[in-house]
Amino acid sequence: MAMQTASSGVPDVDAPQPPARVKKKAAAQAPGERSLVASPTTWVVWAGIAAFFIFLIGILISVVVDSFGKSWFSTWLPESFTKSWYTGAWGTFDLTHIIGVTLTVAVAVIIISVVVGVPAAYLLARRNFPLKKTVTLLFLLPVLMPPITYGIPLATVMYNVGLGRTLTAVILVNLVPSVPFVIMTMTPFIEQINPAIENAARMSGASMRKVFTKILMPLLIPGILAASILVLVRTVGMFDLTFLVSGPKSDTLVVAIYRAMTAAGGGEARQLISSMAVIYTVTMMIILIVALRFVSPTQLVARVKESRED
Amino acid sequence: MSAPTIARPKPTKSTKSTASLRHRLAERGIDTSLLMLVPALFFALALFVYPFSYGIGLTFQPTSAIQQQWGAGVFSNYAAFFKDPFVFDSIWLTMRLALPAALFNVVASIPVAFKLRQRFRGKKFLTTLLVLPITLGTVLTAQGLLIFAGRQGWLNRFLLQIGVIHQPLALVNNTLGVMFSLIISGFPFAFLLISSYLSGIDPSIEAAAKTMGADWKQRFRRVILPLLAPGLATTFILTFVLAFSVFPSARLVGDAMGSTRVMALMAYRAFGEQTDYGMASTIAIMMGAVELVVIAIVLLWRSSMYKGSTGGKG
Repeated sequence: MAMQTASSGVPDVDAPQPPARVKKKAAAQAPGERSLVASPTTWVVWAGIAAFFIFLIGILISVVVDSFGKSWFSTWLPESFTKSWYTGAWGTFDLTHIIGVTLTVAVAVIIISVVVGVPAAYLLARRNFPLKKTVTLLFLLPVLMPPITYGIPLATVMYNVGLGRTLTAVILVNLVPSVPFVIMTMTPFIEQINPAIENAARMSGASMRKVFTKILMPLLIPGILAASILVLVRTVGMFDLTFLVSGPKSDTLVVAIYRAMTAAGGGEARQLISSMAVIYTVTMMIILIVALRFVSPTQLVARVKESRED
Repeated sequence: MSAPTIARPKPTKSTKSTASLRHRLAERGIDTSLLMLVPALFFALALFVYPFSYGIGLTFQPTSAIQQQWGAGVFSNYAAFFKDPFVFDSIWLTMRLALPAALFNVVASIPVAFKLRQRFRGKKFLTTLLVLPITLGTVLTAQGLLIFAGRQGWLNRFLLQIGVIHQPLALVNNTLGVMFSLIISGFPFAFLLISSYLSGIDPSIEAAAKTMGADWKQRFRRVILPLLAPGLATTFILTFVLAFSVFPSARLVGDAMGSTRVMALMAYRAFGEQTDYGMASTIAIMMGAVELVVIAIVLLWRSSMYKGSTGGKG
């Protein structure tokens, strides 16, 4: 790897002789870098990964097979395959409506939390003001608390003001973790931007709004995109909060599946639920694959070089 | 931006009074641009602080039934929480699930993150596969575990066939099933966070240790681990929060009335099935309290480990 060149700044590092053992091992390796973890560990790691994948793939494939299967009990595979569970699920649960609700909630939550969160993230990244620590803590708490903890009082309030089981309540409830989440992901992105750019714009007479729309927004687009995608994944996958306030007309996909699984009398047929779960997973996978095209998952935290320069 | 002149405001005030109030406020960081914070603050206050304090208020308004059973006046919700073993034991049951799951996720992520730090073919593919379970969601994981690891599932069938076991293993509808579900959904998350913290450590630090003759054990213990410790603590906290509030999987792949009677489930029962909002809030708030204790302990450990800045902004 490239880190061999790091020593070039200090010319005499080669002088101390490394222990012979290390040297021999290094020589046995290809002229690259020796791995940090020794080889027995390597095997354990690969075995662990393999076990994880066996479970993962087993889970995935068995749900997919189940969703296409007809009467699958004590054999390796179902006796015959059919597509009817999908059409059945679509009709029984009115999936068009459920998916519509899910998307509406997700889009509304993304837009509101970006509009509300980004300016706040900007202030937290750039400015010092009284009570800044308190404000930061206030924004951090909803992410640290288990959703049920504040979800139950929040849902009680929603029912008291007459918003229970409505779409509005679902959107509002989902904003509680999303706004802080946008703030937390956007703050490092904003810190990366050289403040001299904004200062120059301000000196040239741009108003705060102009700085925002003409300077910051274009620079922040990757960050906003990343935050939006993460909020999308979280909102579509959010179970606890949505479950507490949603009703039959405002269930998102996850909640609908859960309700179908736990409905009185043993729930719906297993295959119906499997087919719904497959639809859910395919939707999420498409979102995530599109997301990974735009955002590298590791770029959210890694920001060494950028912040060291000022 | 902290102005050094603020040290003693009272005596210097007379000399500074020539500046306008607006100017003086701006010097302390208060100006109109703070208005950008207002919407976010409004949301936080209206949707988090207000309901939360309202919920705390509710805990002191027990229903007459609870008051009669447990006494203790306005505190009888709390009395019920601590004295009713069916409720109180849920703390222990939750901890028994969440702590090992979070610990496992963090510890197992470290070597995997190290392995995947090197360059090799198919790395991006493998990373994508590892992150994939995030898309599955708890409900599909639960459904899949029930089918795959159930008594008739492929896993048991395979193990029976090759003769490792003679009875199907009970892997679901108990603590083990919930643990599997927590690992499958929590591990990718922990892995993602830890590998981003790891990539935030300047490689030249490790290279320097290497040139000084440190072997990989020393490099790991003396260089990487202290630098990674804050990241590990954060990851542990976040995965713990995820595992601690486990609720759908405890119901679906667990034993909802028995060994996986977690706090979230109890809180929801009080809320949705008994519509006792006071008791539900009590359990919810005790849940938050228990969790904050664990977080505080981890942060304490972290502050004792902390040696310098990692990938963060220092």
